[in-house]
Amino acid sequence: MMAEEFEPKIVAFLCKWCSSAGSDLAGVSRMQYPANVLPITVMCSGSVSPLYILSAFNKGADGVLVSGCHPGDCHYIKGNYYARRRIALVKKLLEFFGLEPQRFQMSWVSAAEGTKYREIIKDFVQEIKPLGPQTKLRRNV
Amino acid sequence: MKRTGVFICHCGINIAGTVDVKKVAKELAKHPGVTHAEDYVYMCSDPGQNLIIDAIKEKKLDKVVVACCSPTLHESTFRNTSKSGGLNEFQCEIANIREQCSWVHKDMTKATEKAIKITKSAVERVQKNESLEPITVPVTKRALVIGGGIAGIQSALDLANSGFEVVLVEKNPSVGGHMIQLSETFPTLDCSQCILTPKMVEVSKHPKIRLLTYSEVQEVSGYVGNFKVKILKKPTYVDPDKCTLCDECTKVCPVVVPDEFDLGLTGRRAIYIPFPQAIPATYTLDIKNCPGLLPIACGKCADVCEPEAIDYDMKPEIIEEEVGAIIVATGYDLYDKEKMAEYGYGKYANVLDGLQFERLLSASGPTLGKILRPSDHKEPKEVVFIQCAGSRDPEMHCPYCSKICCMYTAKHAMLYKHHVHDGQAYVFYIDIRSGGKDYEEFVQRAVEEDGVVYLRGKVSKIFEEKGKIKVWGVDTLIGKDIEIDADMVVLAMAMRPSQGAKELSKKLKIAIDKDGFLSEAHPKLRPVESVSSGFFLAGAAQAPKDIPEAVAQASGAAAKAITILSQERLHHAPTVAKVKPNLCTGCGMCVLVCPYEALSLKNGKVEVNEVLCEGCGTCSATCLRAAIEVRNFTPLQIHEMIRSSLGG
Repeated sequence: MMAEEFEPKIVAFLCKWCSSAGSDLAGVSRMQYPANVLPITVMCSGSVSPLYILSAFNKGADGVLVSGCHPGDCHYIKGNYYARRRIALVKKLLEFFGLEPQRFQMSWVSAAEGTKYREIIKDFVQEIKPLGPQTKLRRNV
Repeated sequence: MKRTGVFICHCGINIAGTVDVKKVAKELAKHPGVTHAEDYVYMCSDPGQNLIIDAIKEKKLDKVVVACCSPTLHESTFRNTSKSGGLNEFQCEIANIREQCSWVHKDMTKATEKAIKITKSAVERVQKNESLEPITVPVTKRALVIGGGIAGIQSALDLANSGFEVVLVEKNPSVGGHMIQLSETFPTLDCSQCILTPKMVEVSKHPKIRLLTYSEVQEVSGYVGNFKVKILKKPTYVDPDKCTLCDECTKVCPVVVPDEFDLGLTGRRAIYIPFPQAIPATYTLDIKNCPGLLPIACGKCADVCEPEAIDYDMKPEIIEEEVGAIIVATGYDLYDKEKMAEYGYGKYANVLDGLQFERLLSASGPTLGKILRPSDHKEPKEVVFIQCAGSRDPEMHCPYCSKICCMYTAKHAMLYKHHVHDGQAYVFYIDIRSGGKDYEEFVQRAVEEDGVVYLRGKVSKIFEEKGKIKVWGVDTLIGKDIEIDADMVVLAMAMRPSQGAKELSKKLKIAIDKDGFLSEAHPKLRPVESVSSGFFLAGAAQAPKDIPEAVAQASGAAAKAITILSQERLHHAPTVAKVKPNLCTGCGMCVLVCPYEALSLKNGKVEVNEVLCEGCGTCSATCLRAAIEVRNFTPLQIHEMIRSSLGG
């Protein structure tokens, strides 16, 4: 019963220039997707510190998404390359902690990819639902 | 305690239809630090903005959050509103509850809950915002125009005639673009060369324009108002000042290659002038096809050149220019012929594309304006024109409409009839799109006066049989198969962004859309600007368009560029990196990752060059000691935003 009713809380760090604009396009195109994702627009995926990701899990996120411009298309030239390297390390760290790897994802969504944004959100929510709430890194309150 | 005001916009029913705006206001009113929360039907309207200004004054608000559409639309609107109310503009933040909430959800309870969280998150952020004043920088009052087709020429002339210096860069040996290849232009049938060559001459002679042909932009650095550009000027091996255009060199050159200007319908030598009216009027030695620059390998052209204009030792030159604004007018190319195998293009000599047919029609073309089949130089008596060759075909080719083909096909069919009175023209079409001044009348004229037969349907197969080109198609209006024994087939090939436009967009760091055309900042309200400030778009590089539209956009882009160039100083966003010197250990990791070379080490601490910093925050994510952060995007703010997003 729990698995059916569980609505995961997901924090999505979207870069302002591509992914946030892509999610705006999904909106303009009236594409429907689950309401589980709370977007936080940042200037660049390269500005997403590992601490933000840990902070989100610590504060009760069931999943975290970091989305930036496609490699090579970064508004800030190379911020997303730094993000890609950093995120790979964070992913390993989280797996080492024992967190299910599905709970943390990175994607590339351009300003023209409203459809891709919707698909990513839909898939992400579907993948996390069976896992139930994230408790590994959640601060006990 | 902060005194934050929260204003929730209904956006008619765009937000209020899915989000319970009253509930959002009620919930936000309870949020710590919020002293005022209200909703209104259109917050961006004049009464809506006045409501915010009045609330700031009456309730003594020091922070404002507007929950409305995407910040890309109205962030600046509401920041100016807050400023009118007496606040610093950075004390206003936007909560995007339309594009990222009401428009993408249907369940009112869930959407309302999400809107509350998004708005609370914006409240948390604004409460820790610093008041900032814009950083101002001087403006270089010159412009760069990339692309010397009609759009680039028009932009350059408009800028130069307004008193600004212009650097016009063209990759080919001559300016003129595709327009100079055309025969006559719809709907007036005036000669393309006759109307364009005076403008080409004007750009080359204008005292304010530096024309760099056979040149390519290699690198662009800097920012709006102050760009540094490196341009590669390829060697032509001919000194234009000495060249007398005597044409002796081409007579002795042993190499013949397909002529680009005539789209392969004729040949040219390795040393050539693209067309007689080329600007600059000089020859170019095409090094790719020349047997060798060493006189020992060939050297025939230099031997016969009396004025000694040919210089085999000419070297590529890197030209550095400083400009304040950049107009990108890189134009279009036709869709790759290899991709249109189903229409026999490239396989059968008598299947041509629209530009090749323009050359046949042109009085200065390979046939001197006579319509002759490339295979046997006979006059074709039945010609089939196929529209949408590659356009409007999302499964196989380009999904978009190339926009100009309906009109130029009507023109082609009409001009064909003017040349071959006893000939018959057929046009296969999906729809006729003839929106534009006198355009519909033009198409009607083709049908009524020139007897062009329009067949609504697609062509399924083209093949050669007994010297004819068999065209199998269908007329969907009468529901019958059509079979035509044609002498020539002309394909209205799709337009696509010009070759190299994608690489250039990366160098310029400007966005392109899914089809590779340059993206405008707003599809309706900012059609000639790129999202990246200081870059403007003109002509078919942005989307397929005809000559009048390209010219209009080019003038628009020039006018927009002038809004920058005419200013003494420009504002630069002050949301830049800030160092906490007591935490900085001078490790220099942030200096290494900064894409703008805005950071440097001085006396063991990092310093920020605020003019160069774009505020991307890569430094902040790299610093192990949280000693560097972006103003108004600090880690503390992000942590608070995460907390309220998760309902904490």
